[in-house]
Amino acid sequence: MDLQAIWYFLWVLLWAVYFATDGFDLGIGALLPFLGKNDEEKRVMYNSIGPLWDGNEVWLITAGGVTFAAFPLMYAVMFSSLYSALMLILFALIIRGVSFEFRGKIDSPGWKKLWDFCLFIGSIVPSFLFGVAFANIFQGIPIDDKGVYHGTLLTLLNPYGILGGALFFLLFLVHGAVWLSIKSDGDLHDRAARTASGLWPVLLVVAVVFLVASKFTTPIYDNYTTHPPLFLLILITVLALLGVKLFLSMKNYWTAWFSSAITIVGATFFGFVGLFPNMLPSSLNPAFSLTAYNASSSRLTLQIMFTLAVIFVPVVLAYQIWVYSMFRHKVSKEELGYDEAY
Amino acid sequence: MDVLMLSRLQFAVATFFHFLFVPLTLGLSILVAFMETKYVRSGDETYLKMTKFWGKLFLINFTIGVVTGLTLEFQFGTNWSNYSMFMGDIFGSLLAIEALGFFFLESILLGVWIFGWKKISKTAHAIVMWLVAFAATGSAVWILTANAWMQHPVGYVIRNGRAELANFAQVALNPFAILMLTHTLFASYIISAFFVMGISAYHLIRKQHVDFFTRSFRIALVLGLVFSFAEIVEGHMHGADLAHSQPTKLAALESHWQTSKNAPIYLFALPDDANGKNRVEIGPIPGLLSLLAYHNMSAEVKGLADFPADERPPVLITHFAFRAMVGLGFYFALVTLIGWLKRNSLLESPWYLKLMLYSTPLPYIATELGWTVAEVGRQPWIVYGLMKTKDAVSSIAASQVAVTLVGFICVYGLLGAIGFYLIIKKAIKGPAAD
Repeated sequence: MDLQAIWYFLWVLLWAVYFATDGFDLGIGALLPFLGKNDEEKRVMYNSIGPLWDGNEVWLITAGGVTFAAFPLMYAVMFSSLYSALMLILFALIIRGVSFEFRGKIDSPGWKKLWDFCLFIGSIVPSFLFGVAFANIFQGIPIDDKGVYHGTLLTLLNPYGILGGALFFLLFLVHGAVWLSIKSDGDLHDRAARTASGLWPVLLVVAVVFLVASKFTTPIYDNYTTHPPLFLLILITVLALLGVKLFLSMKNYWTAWFSSAITIVGATFFGFVGLFPNMLPSSLNPAFSLTAYNASSSRLTLQIMFTLAVIFVPVVLAYQIWVYSMFRHKVSKEELGYDEAY
Repeated sequence: MDVLMLSRLQFAVATFFHFLFVPLTLGLSILVAFMETKYVRSGDETYLKMTKFWGKLFLINFTIGVVTGLTLEFQFGTNWSNYSMFMGDIFGSLLAIEALGFFFLESILLGVWIFGWKKISKTAHAIVMWLVAFAATGSAVWILTANAWMQHPVGYVIRNGRAELANFAQVALNPFAILMLTHTLFASYIISAFFVMGISAYHLIRKQHVDFFTRSFRIALVLGLVFSFAEIVEGHMHGADLAHSQPTKLAALESHWQTSKNAPIYLFALPDDANGKNRVEIGPIPGLLSLLAYHNMSAEVKGLADFPADERPPVLITHFAFRAMVGLGFYFALVTLIGWLKRNSLLESPWYLKLMLYSTPLPYIATELGWTVAEVGRQPWIVYGLMKTKDAVSSIAASQVAVTLVGFICVYGLLGAIGFYLIIKKAIKGPAAD
């Protein structure tokens, strides 16, 4: 593999890790109004992701920065084309982020309701729009030879785009519900586990429809049919998705969560493995498509960035895993009593 | 308005707002880490209370800084795509290094700091805060290195129709970046010092939590005093460097139009951008500009008239922003010096405490003025001498940007109002009573 190809997949990996980590934060935010029956339960939900959400969100910042560094043309065209969608995502993430910090600062039901609502909106909007954006990348968007986008936000809300949005939304909901099953006990835990199990068939259906629709609306499967071993990726992803249900019914929540994380990573890779070397296909003319080769940085930048990534990504993962394991236990009453708790 | 103007306004709103919160993060993280270290070493509970009190204010501030930083990273792509295509090879890598190397550390460990009081030892907990402070500073290093590259591009070669990296060490060790970094860090320490002194003064005026806030005040006073004076020296070096790196900015700072030896500084000058001269000039001090820029009274200083009109920055804004910033800089040195003399009798000088309370916003203003000087003074260039701002903007619909600009103003306006309200509320409430 050449440097561009390595970076292409490293780039996909960063997005995938972002979705697999912040995905359950977003899922919990989306489930808040439905699972948190009272203030204490809501606080358990907040604090189940309290120490982790900010670190998880940095994968998005890293994915953005790496897009800029390794594929500047992709960064420029992707984000200017997806302008409105991305801005909506960012505004949503802003109000989500401050909800954690602001909610507990004033002891009034109205105030808390306001931030619960912000957390909810701030979670569902990115969940859905990330899916819409990535599905549109898979099927191609109307960009010309200058990388100028000929469409609007509504252009993105085509059936396949909406399907992608629904897929991501459901993936994150299940991911979040499983996480909450790990982190809570009693009634809330039971409801979370039931929600995960209940949403799972819907997710399965949407995932299957997405896999089939991809055949008809995108050229994704071309790479797979040329290199049949690649179908292993789809197989693993589907098995992981089935595993979520299996492990849920075995009450093995951590394994269910890992299965769910693998499903999300697999779903992200699924499209890009199929697109490679395309990164952002043009629906106007294939010649205008951005690829790992025409959108990349210079060799020197890719080399330097590669060295840094090889050093830092494992280090970051190591201390992030350390922090995850520090907060692997259920959210306790004692913890909710802390001055700093959300 | 066109896409260019709307995008510039949007970026200005986003950065200026973001930078209301970043400096306090940089400085207060160090102060909190220092207080916690004092607690760990002495076992004195007051230091623990100080850690928690100032830590709480730090966290509210930090959160707003984080969420508003998010939009900045993406705006280069959304609104400045031609810039991104042209400069991404160099500029993008600096942002990526910031995230991978430092911002992760800061964000992940802050979670440990907030929730890990009982999970790790006291010493480890204090070390976590030092690491947060270290990582925050590291983030600033790379972001400012990226900005410095826009001010003074180095280590690149124009190839394939874009600026490509030629020498990474030159980019990373850009002398302009080092000046900018020290200037910004010092400013952040001044903001943080005045923040702590201002809130402490509020309580000391009311004679409540006297021990707690006297200690807080004194710790901050040392920081403020040292860096207010250091900033004057550093600011001078930073300004003098412009003679070589950004002559148009230097000329705009002092509204200097005609290239001359023995270049003066006016006590007061009113720039007239349209006609390329000063409308009013009062009290020239001959040779002072030459002296400050070249350390030689008879040195020749380039004037703005030597540059084509379309390569000059808006002089009026740059000049007055600079003057106000410098004035405030001297004010900080003066009041912290007075504070030093009164450090053992703070309670007996209610007027001084009041002065410090009302001075709390001033370093914020000075810092925003400083960014005005840096960014407006760089115009019309987005990358000095290499790419103009007007060529950098995305080909997107103006209506889109108009909508998001309104969005930014509303969301940030509310966020700022709520954020500062909460900070002030918690600050006034004082430390926990237990």
